[in-house]
Amino acid sequence: MDILNALVAILNFVVIPAASYGAQLALGALGVTLIYGILRFSNFAHGDTMAFGAALVILITWGLQSIGVSLGPLPTALLALPFGIALTAVFILGTDRVVYRFYRSKRSAPIILVMASVGVMFIMNGLTRLIIGVDEIRFDDGARFLITVQQFRAWTGLSEGLSLRVSQALTLVVTALACWALFRFLNRSRAGKAMRAYSDNEDLALLSGIDPERVVRLTWIIATALAVTAGTLYGLDKSFKVFNYFQILLPIFAAAIVGGLGNPLGAVAGGFIVAFSEVAVTYPWRKIATYLGFQPDGLLQLLSTEYKFAVSFVILIVVLLFRPTGLFRGKSV
Amino acid sequence: MAGPYLSATAMRGGYGKADILNGCTLTVERGQIAVIVGPNGAGKSTAMKAVFGMLHLREGQVALAGEDITHLSPQERVRKGMGFVPQTHNIFPTMTVEENLEMGAFIREDDYRDTMAQVYELFPAVADKRKQNAGELSGGQRQQVAVGRALMTKPSLLMLDEPTAGVSPIVMDELFDRIIEVARTGISILMVEQNARQALEIADIGYVLVQGANRYTDSGQALLADPEVRRTFLGG
Repeated sequence: MDILNALVAILNFVVIPAASYGAQLALGALGVTLIYGILRFSNFAHGDTMAFGAALVILITWGLQSIGVSLGPLPTALLALPFGIALTAVFILGTDRVVYRFYRSKRSAPIILVMASVGVMFIMNGLTRLIIGVDEIRFDDGARFLITVQQFRAWTGLSEGLSLRVSQALTLVVTALACWALFRFLNRSRAGKAMRAYSDNEDLALLSGIDPERVVRLTWIIATALAVTAGTLYGLDKSFKVFNYFQILLPIFAAAIVGGLGNPLGAVAGGFIVAFSEVAVTYPWRKIATYLGFQPDGLLQLLSTEYKFAVSFVILIVVLLFRPTGLFRGKSV
Repeated sequence: MAGPYLSATAMRGGYGKADILNGCTLTVERGQIAVIVGPNGAGKSTAMKAVFGMLHLREGQVALAGEDITHLSPQERVRKGMGFVPQTHNIFPTMTVEENLEMGAFIREDDYRDTMAQVYELFPAVADKRKQNAGELSGGQRQQVAVGRALMTKPSLLMLDEPTAGVSPIVMDELFDRIIEVARTGISILMVEQNARQALEIADIGYVLVQGANRYTDSGQALLADPEVRRTFLGG
């Protein structure tokens, strides 16, 4: 019985939270990795693209709620998401036209584009705060739980409870769908293959008649769609706060680099690796150890949650030192 | 049609201020194999790049099938019937062999499955690996994929920049055999080669470039027989 309780506790406190957090990171890292593969720079504005998009989704959600539209048990934000993506994509294509295209046509070094993206990041961050404010916002309406602790205890008779929130389940389902659609697009469609070809060998892609500007536009749109989806899911799961999206940039980059920059499959794997490490290192394992018959003195928590970003840092440094191309052999940084 | 199929005449130009090409002329007839040889730094690859429009020409002109294409970009020249296989970075390494060929056919709106079948027929070794990533293939097979990719647009002139660089002698012989086969289908070939002797053996016409200008021009066999050419360029 104790092993069962231990398993349930691991599921409830480690596996489920890490899986949904990992899915959010994976979506973010996919966008970062796509932009790196095609535009060949690390986009620092990606976190704030998530924030900007999520803010627009919240505004549209409020609008929908005020006219009485809802999705029943699902959050209304899901309905607002496509509109949020479209508006953000227009804005992002605008930044490409105004900022990045200039440096691209000059064939500037990647570091210059990175710095330009830092500028875009600050502007987007300011804009988002101007639009929606700096306070914490909860916008998850509909049902809160798919499985509650009480229900789970009643079903199983275990003393340890397990809950699954709607936002967590939604995150996993939406991420799975988004990844499926993305990989299908990249592997099957003509435009997707053109993107991969351009990422593989820019000059040869040009010779083959692939239009680079079209590839770039498509990449921005797809990366934005992934970012806004990730931002909205993260906000539904943990509440929306502009500054959080700036902070999440580090684990997202860690995920993209662990998987190998430019490699979409690696980004997904990297997202889960970073999330599981972060949760596993910051979770107090005493409860589970007790179930397994140990009597630990302390909490068995390796790192307090305030320092969770240190985990991303350490992973990043280890990967860069020992395997700079990442686990799935992307481009070297 | 009067005149040769490709005629690049009196080309002058370079990357910076100094000219690399000093009045270089290259012509290829339909279905002919033309080979450019010469010492290092003679401007062999540069001459080919100039033909393909990757180099700004100060003087001279390039005509394909009688049409002046001097001012067209490389992409536009591909549409006019030129195929180019760069010396390095000539495949999409993380894409499968089949996808490499598909990308070669990117500009084609019609059904290109016939062409793909022909390419596989020409290179049976890579046909077996069509679902494998091109980057995982051996050097010789990669070159075959690279040539196959360029053939997907059904070019009338195929340009190869040192196709046998870095492959073993056996693979080199096989590649040359394939190139002869391609020429037999009526495609003109313009090729830069480091392995001058073997390349001249299959050449209908050979150009020996020195310092960006034509030094000797003759049939491949005649150049091989010429004691002066043998002494200075072929090592005796």
